Amino acid sequence: MRTIRIGSGAGYSGDRIEPAVELAEKGNINYLVFECLAERTIAIAQNAKLNDPTKGYDPLLVERFESVLPICKKNGIKIITNMGAANPQAGAAKVREIATRLGLGKLKIAAISGDDVVEALKVSDTKILETGAPASNMADVLISANAYVGAAPMVEALANGADVIITGRVADPSMFLAPQIHEFGWSQDDWDKIGKGTAVGHLLECGGQVTGGYYAEPGKKDVADLARLGFPIAEVSEDGAIVITKVEGSGGKVTEHTCKEQILYEVHDPKTYLTPDVTADFSQITFTEIAPNRIRVTGVTGRARTKTFKVSVGYADGYMGEGQISYAGPGALARAQLALDIVRERLKITGVKASELRFDLIGVNSIHAEVLAPAPEPTEVRVRVTGRCDSMKEAVRIGNEVETLYTNGPASGGGATKSAKQVVAMLSALFPRDKVIPVIEYLEA
Amino acid sequence: MKLFDIAHSRTGDKGNISNISVIVYDQKDYERVREYVTPERVKAHFKGIVNGEVVRYEIPTLGALNFVMQDALGGGVTRSLALDAHGKCLASALLAMDIPAKN
Repeated sequence: MRTIRIGSGAGYSGDRIEPAVELAEKGNINYLVFECLAERTIAIAQNAKLNDPTKGYDPLLVERFESVLPICKKNGIKIITNMGAANPQAGAAKVREIATRLGLGKLKIAAISGDDVVEALKVSDTKILETGAPASNMADVLISANAYVGAAPMVEALANGADVIITGRVADPSMFLAPQIHEFGWSQDDWDKIGKGTAVGHLLECGGQVTGGYYAEPGKKDVADLARLGFPIAEVSEDGAIVITKVEGSGGKVTEHTCKEQILYEVHDPKTYLTPDVTADFSQITFTEIAPNRIRVTGVTGRARTKTFKVSVGYADGYMGEGQISYAGPGALARAQLALDIVRERLKITGVKASELRFDLIGVNSIHAEVLAPAPEPTEVRVRVTGRCDSMKEAVRIGNEVETLYTNGPASGGGATKSAKQVVAMLSALFPRDKVIPVIEYLEA
Repeated sequence: MKLFDIAHSRTGDKGNISNISVIVYDQKDYERVREYVTPERVKAHFKGIVNGEVVRYEIPTLGALNFVMQDALGGGVTRSLALDAHGKCLASALLAMDIPAKN
């Protein structure tokens, strides 16, 4: 039975660089996938592209490709990534430039776009899922709208001999599914196999989160060597048999329990995991350790996919201002509470226009509010005030009112910081499949 | 005893919805956790944080429950004023739930 090995080189845009190098060098992999596009990343990239048409791809694209491209070329590893963000063509051109500069010889790069539906959405009656209002109502604040495209265009690019695929918005698991469909010639409506291939993608898409990252609980769930965490590899056979593993000797661990945590990560109904490719069913999944750091995955099935693509909608949502200051030693909590009272009153007296305000004591209640039982008096507390405003000018005033606690507030306040930023927020919608036309362009080095 | 003693947990986020898995270390504790950690108890546990409905899915093959909590992330990850906008820490907060010791 033929088997391929797929490595996951990044779980988010800012992820560590060298685990992917380790995978390319020692992982004996056929494909290396980088998932680098969070919900909001593409809206931010869209703004970058508006300012400079040669930008709008992932800020770490150059560093990642410089690190892995020579090794991947030498070892015959194909690379698939959504680092194209808002501008896959510009990302692909950059990869070609790197390949030429490093003298890597022939390389076929595919840029997949067509996910950008912002103009179509502005004039459509498509409803925003969260609000129920038509997307056209918010045309003046829309920054981006990108459909989660499936595996199909990536499968086509692989069939046409692409060594590197740079996409915009695609569903994360689809990047891992595409090479399985391509290599094994699976029919794209063989729902059980597509479901299994999607489970592989879901387990790998967050990089180290299945190899012991986001998992350690000292004394209960110990994980060795997280500073050298190895990223995951999936071994997939033609019949859809799956083993999850990692590079031998790397940090972290792959166990039944690391897999259990990751398979449910960001999943709602495990029976109905919707992707552009399939409705996957994880409700009967099992994980079995067949050797240390080798977990067999069974029990995944699939059903027909839905008729729509999910669209991620980015819009300008005002401004956020924040200020922080610390208090320590005996009476720290009382002084921190006094500080919050003072800022609350100051924001009123000076008429700062905020539609929402939040007052936290970091170390006391900033994460869990009333959930946890009261802790013993802390020896240090950090005050945090944040608010939402319609203008940058107003947002800045929130941090200023925290900073002035230095000379106007309780005793011994220290380490004040302040910030203000524009908020790019995200909503979602469902868009008919036939209105999203993926475009594949090829560049050759 | 606390849920922390017999189960582990991970939080995921989608928009303003948070999901928390609760996974027993030992399959023999699954039934007990399933009986005690109800959606109603989880909703009460997260009073002041989770404003919407809490739905529970059971995955017995994993010894796991998955709680999906609406209106749990201060308007959504990308616009929340919270320090932990993703609600990543909610998993640990859920493990602080007291659970009756075995009969």
